[in-house]
Formats: sequence, structure tokens, C-alpha cells
Amino acid sequence: MQKKTAYSFPEEILEHVFSFILSDKDRNAASVVCKSWYEIERWCRRKIFVGNCYAVSPTMVIRRFPDIRSIELKGKPHFADFNLVPDGWGGYVLPWISKMAGAYPWLEEIRLKRMVVTDESLELVAKSFTNLQVLVLFSCEGFSTDGLAAIAASCKNLRELDLRDSEVDDLSGHWLNHFPDTYTSLVSLNISCLGSDDVSFSALERLVGRCPNLRRLLLNREVPLDKIANLLSRAPQLIEFGTGTYAAELRSDVYSNLAEAFCNCKELKSLSGFWDAVPAYLPVIYSVCSRLTSLNLSYAPIQNPDLTKLVSQCPSLQRMLVLDYIEDSGLEVLASSCKDLQELRVFPSDPFGEEPNVSLTEKGLVAVSSGCPKLQSVLYFCRQMSNAALVTIAQNCPNFTRFRLCLLDPKIADYRTLQPLDVGFGAIVEHCKDLRRLSLSGLLTDCVFEYIGMHAKKLEMLSVAFAGESDLALHHVLSGCESLRKLEIMNCPFGDKALLANAAKLETMRSLWMSSCSVSLGACKMLGQKMPRLNIEVMDEKGPPDSRAESDPVDKLYIYRSVAGPRFDMPPFVWTMDEDFASELS
Amino acid sequence: TCSYPAESELELGLGLSLGGTTGKTKPATATSSWGECGRILTAKDFPSVVSHRTKNGGPSVSVSGTKRAAESVSHEGGSPTGVSGSSQVVGWPPIRAYRMNSLVNQAKSQRADEGDSGIGEKDKPKDALKKKLNYNGNKISSTTTTVNEKGHLGFVKVNMDGIPIGRKVDLNAHSCYQSLAQALEDMFLRSTNSVGAEKEQLTKASKLLDGSSEFVLTYEDKEGDWMLVGDVPWRMFVSSVRRLRIMRTSEANGLGIHKKSMANHSCFSFSVSESCYSFVAAPRFHDSNERQRSKPI
Repeated sequence: MQKKTAYSFPEEILEHVFSFILSDKDRNAASVVCKSWYEIERWCRRKIFVGNCYAVSPTMVIRRFPDIRSIELKGKPHFADFNLVPDGWGGYVLPWISKMAGAYPWLEEIRLKRMVVTDESLELVAKSFTNLQVLVLFSCEGFSTDGLAAIAASCKNLRELDLRDSEVDDLSGHWLNHFPDTYTSLVSLNISCLGSDDVSFSALERLVGRCPNLRRLLLNREVPLDKIANLLSRAPQLIEFGTGTYAAELRSDVYSNLAEAFCNCKELKSLSGFWDAVPAYLPVIYSVCSRLTSLNLSYAPIQNPDLTKLVSQCPSLQRMLVLDYIEDSGLEVLASSCKDLQELRVFPSDPFGEEPNVSLTEKGLVAVSSGCPKLQSVLYFCRQMSNAALVTIAQNCPNFTRFRLCLLDPKIADYRTLQPLDVGFGAIVEHCKDLRRLSLSGLLTDCVFEYIGMHAKKLEMLSVAFAGESDLALHHVLSGCESLRKLEIMNCPFGDKALLANAAKLETMRSLWMSSCSVSLGACKMLGQKMPRLNIEVMDEKGPPDSRAESDPVDKLYIYRSVAGPRFDMPPFVWTMDEDFASELS
Repeated sequence: TCSYPAESELELGLGLSLGGTTGKTKPATATSSWGECGRILTAKDFPSVVSHRTKNGGPSVSVSGTKRAAESVSHEGGSPTGVSGSSQVVGWPPIRAYRMNSLVNQAKSQRADEGDSGIGEKDKPKDALKKKLNYNGNKISSTTTTVNEKGHLGFVKVNMDGIPIGRKVDLNAHSCYQSLAQALEDMFLRSTNSVGAEKEQLTKASKLLDGSSEFVLTYEDKEGDWMLVGDVPWRMFVSSVRRLRIMRTSEANGLGIHKKSMANHSCFSFSVSESCYSFVAAPRFHDSNERQRSKPI
């Protein structure tokens, strides 16, 4: 008779238990308990997040997880957003789609960020995944409206199509017509990135009219203001809406239609768009303002007093994106009106101007930090800062999870004491124990990095530019920040020593980006030789590295851990430093 | 998604300083010179400057700090690194290209509409007769837009025939055609990356704008038409360009060119002072005209 131990557990029960475990971290933890848990877990995992598409190959993912329904992939490094990664670098999704087409016929959700998506890929998606419900292309490029047409035509169960910030080649506005008349399941549509002629308005109107579950609609800039009322009247159930251009000659019929349309959207909580906004039409949204939890005016050239007046009517705001036209005075009003504020982003209206064009200083941020106890996430562009202000902000907001400060002059000192801003940022990391993301700017010495290494134990992502004096700074971060996953550095005097001394740390991180620093080619080669599970990619558009001395600094360096080995889809200006490379040249 | 093996394996193999996370320095053993090749350094190789620093920064720090700060202050917003105005550092300030282009569009339309009702920049050549080249089967769109395209200003894509990898060029960094052409020549023709056949091709293609090369510089405007670069005033070009293509001359026959005879539109008149594109007025334009005239009917 077979003896069953008291500890054996039927697989079905374990599987059922695992179905409640949703976070990747927990799933990963469960999978390493023992072999049988590993097996059970891998068969019932349905959702995969791959933070770096080159860290693992599609074949490996499919081999381990045979039945995935939802996948999220990220491609290019974050600094690609700021044009630091030349075109052609990589991040192609086609190899993934091709492999998954056969392996995951029941795939429901595809989310891609900073990847190159071609029409061919989209056509393959349309053909292979008949049950596709969610397609999110965040900051992607390489496709046109032809690819979108294929998706529209085939994906009968599509609920969410989000092209957020992607670059789409516009060939025809008629892709929307490819949604069949029988298609009514749209819940979320974000086409805010599309250019002109990309959207046939009548097709859009019909689509909106026949989708009763549509909750989120973000239009592109080209949709004129006088068409909005009609559109909104077909979708009064919207929760989130993004206008097109918010400028037109003031006409009383347009005005009143708009006001009425907005008034009828009783569930509207989030507004965005507002390109080219003119003050005349702002009051039409007043009826919605009291309910608004999210407001994105960062494309609206509205200034005070109109801007402040609008903000003062939105007491429920949790998320506010705005241009620096709001000025310190407007932020003070925000601080006193919006006690639920959690996230604030202030963008510069004139980033390259020599002189400030608005009165937005550190005082605005101090005011918000003081008035908004729930403030957690900040992105703030301004022209002056002081250590005292940063210390105050840190003390006011110990709950910060994301803090990104961008001083437009990247090496500017404390304007009051002329000291570096080390102490200020030090206070941030010391007080904000849950800080996960930090971006530094201003005049900074190695000191601030010592503070970061000492205090920022939960920090996962750090962005650094024009800071520090020596390798010691980098060493502090790499040796002290236990939770560090992503580190991106530009224009800092960091070289080989810190990297080589902390080589093992790099395997615990997703990636490291260093551009215009002082890392030598020799060090890169050494890392490549010694660390087979890291891909050391050197990017240089001037020519192959073997034409230069070992001590020459590399232009751009991107290091990431990978179990897939070096990639083979690199453009001519990217070289992988692996064992083969180093031995070839020695 | 994958779990990683214990780090101890790695530690034994390479002798790396994995204890560095606690910030403690290892007891000093025999020090070695930095000059040794192939040895991975550990934390103990660092000069122990850390202990001498105070929280407020030691005197050595403040001296250099003050010096840099003074420079910053005296330049009134400009920094010693020259990050201001036209001499921009790539990647700074960290603003997405999408937003950057949107800002520039805004600035342009605000300047254009002083005292206006606030509508975006109006289209200029509404009834311009242009020769349209049906490129790659693009639908020829005749609708005009009243709002500037995102992406027309700032960075635009550039592709060159025969080179699979496209690039991007920042139009804001240039003030005339010659400067743009120079930049593109540098980008595509001077690089040593190309292999084999491409190299030969590239050495032939120089001087993109004066008609002496095998390639011409063309652009797609916001109405989807492909035009020869250099025909219109620079500012007008910048406001209507969507993307660029360095095209083989053989394919560029019949490419759209604005007729100078459209007298109604003052924007077509070439100001004599813009000497930048006087070289454009010469060979290319006339050549293509002549070619067309000599075509058998």
C-alpha cells in the first residue's frame, strides 16, 4: 500500500490556491519552494511581465509557461524617450509575436512599451489571437494605420486599444472603418498620438455610438472642438475623456452644446487633451470639475488667472499634470483646494529659454508638499532650488514613492547658499523611506550619492545627470541601494573602478545605462569576459571599438542581465562585449 | 520571471566584493596597483575619503561647488556646460520628444496668432498646385489641416535609400538648408559603419543639395506629398515637413516642386537675403524642368 505523507497535497488544490496569487514576485517565490510547486505553478501562470525583452527569449518563456493569457514586454531603455538611443537599436516585437502565435492561441492581453512594432507584427497578432481583448502600445513605433486596420478588422473581442505616445505612420484615416458594424465591445480607446488624417471622424462617431461600454476615450489633437459635444452625447457613460484641440472661435451654440454635453457625463472623473486650449471654453467643464480626480492640462497653454481659477474648482483632484504657467501662486491654490492630491507633474513651457518666462520656483512645490498630505509622486521642472526647500519638502512628505526634480540648468547650485544640493536630496532619501524612484538634478557632489547609498534602501530606479565627481559616487549607489533595479546615468565622471568593483551587483538589477561617462572600453571588455550572464552593449556611432584604444571612454553603455545570451539583432553601431569579442581582439 | 541561483557560486569563482552592500570596507590585505590588468577591484581599493566628509560637505567640496555655482549664477540660467539656447545637450532636459514637439508647435501657433481667436496656425498654400509623386502607394490626401502636426517640428525621421536603419534629425538645431544637409551627410555618409557595397554607394553620394550627387534630399509634407527639399523658404519647410528621405536621383523624377509663378502667395517669394539656398535654385530645378520638357509626348 502506498504511503501518503501527511504533507502531500493534491495538485488541484495547490493550483486553486495559486490562482489567488497574482503578483509576479509572489508567484516567483512560490515556484522555488520545491520542484512540484515549480511544475504546478508554471502550468497555471497566466500573466507574464518581461521588463527587458532581451533578458529572456520567447522560446524560453513558452517552454516554461505553456498557457499564458497576458503578456507585458518592455524594449528600449528609458533614455530612449529623450532621443539618447538611435533608431534601429532594437526592441523588435515580431520574434515574440511569431513564437507566441503558435504557442498561445488564447492570448488575451498584449502590452508593449518602447518596442518596435511593425504592421507585419500587428497583422500577425490579428490573425493569431482571435480572443485578443487588450492591446496597449505605449511609446512604440514602426507601425502604421494599416496595422491598426488589421487589428480592428479581426479582433472581435477587443476591449482596450491604447496607442499612448506611440509614433504611428499615418496612411489613412479609414482604419476605424475596419471595425465591423457588429463590433460593440470597446471599453477603452486611446488614439491621442495620431496625426491628422489618421482618424475618420464619422467612423469614430459611429464606433462610439455603438459601444455602450465605452468608458475611456482619448482623442487626437486633430479632432476639432465643435465635434466634441456630439461625440460626448453618444457616450455619456464615459469615465475618462481626452479632448482634441481645445481652441475655436467663441460661438455661443458651440459653447452651450459643449457645456450641456459635459454636464450630461455624470461619471466623468478624468480629463485630458486640451491642446492649444483657449480660456474662453474652459468654463464648459466647470460642471465636471468637482468630480474630477485626474486632470491633465500639460498641453494647454492656459495661464493665470484662468488656470488657477479652474484648479480651484477641483477639490477631488488626485492627479494633476500641468505646465509651469500655473506658477507658485497657482500651486498655492492647488495646495489649499486639493487635499486628496497624490500625484503632481509640472512641465516647462519654455525649457530652452535663457530667462524664466514664468514665476515658478521651489516655493510652489513647498506649498503643495505642505498642503497635500497624501502627496506621493512628483515630477517637477523648475529653474531654482534650495537645500532648505528640499529639506522642508522631505519633512512634509515622508510618504513619497516617486520624486523627480529637474532643474533646467542641470548643474545649478542652491540659489540661496550657492552650495551643492547634496543636503536637500539627502533629506529626501532619509525621510522618504518608501522612495522607489528618484531623479536628481542640480549641482551635486559625491556626497549625495553617499546619502543615497546609506538611506535609499527601497529605491528601485535612479536617474542621474551631470552629477558627482568620482567613481566613489557610483560605488555608493551600487553597493548601498539594495533594491536597485534600474540605474541610468548621463554625463557623469564615473569610470571603471566602481563598475568593476560592483560587477556582481549588476546581475541583481534589470539594467544599467551610462552615456557620456568615463567608462573605458577595456573595462567593458573585462566585464563582458567575466560576467557571462550580463550583456554588455557598447553603442558608438563613430565606428567599431576595435579601432580605438582600450582606455578610450565608450560613448554609450547599456548593461543588462540576461539568460538568453547576447542578442543578434543589433544595428551596426552596437557591439556586445562578450567572451568571443574580447578573445577575438586580444 | 526567472529565479536566479545563489550568488555564492559567483563569489567563489571571481572573488568579487559582494559584502559591499553593507558599506563596510574589508580588512586591508596586500594592496595592488591599479595598473594590473584583468583584476577586478574591490571596495578596499578605494581611497577612504568617505570618513572625512561631513554632512554639510567638507571644505574641498564647497570651494569647487562655489566656483561652479558662481559660474551658473553669472550666466543667468546658462550653465558652464553650455546647456542653453541653441547648444543643447542631447537628452537634456529630459522631456519626451512628443511633448517637446508639442511645445514648439504651441510656441509657433501662439506667435502666429497674436490677437487671433486662438486657432492653430493656418494653412498657407491651400490652392497650391503641386506635382504629386505617388510614393509607395500612399493615398494622396487633399484635406488641409488647421492645426500643426505633432512631430513636424523638432525631430523628424530620415531614411536613406539602401540603408535599412533610419535616423532622426532635430530640425530645431538648424536654421538653413545647408546646415541640415551637412548634418545629414555627416550622419549617413561619413559614418564608417557601413559594410561592402553600401560603402561604395555612400562615397558617391555627397553634396545632397546641389544636384551633383546620386542622391537627392526629399521630404514628405503634412499633406502626404513628397517634395524636393530646398524649394521653399526654410521656415515654411520646417512647418510642413513630416519626414525626410534621401532618395536616389533616378527615383526623384517628377517630384513635386512649388511653382514660383503662384504670385498670389507671398510666402513663395524667395527673399534675396536668404543665400542659403541660392545653390538650390540652380541645377536641380532647371534640370528636372528640362528633362520633362524633353520627354516625348
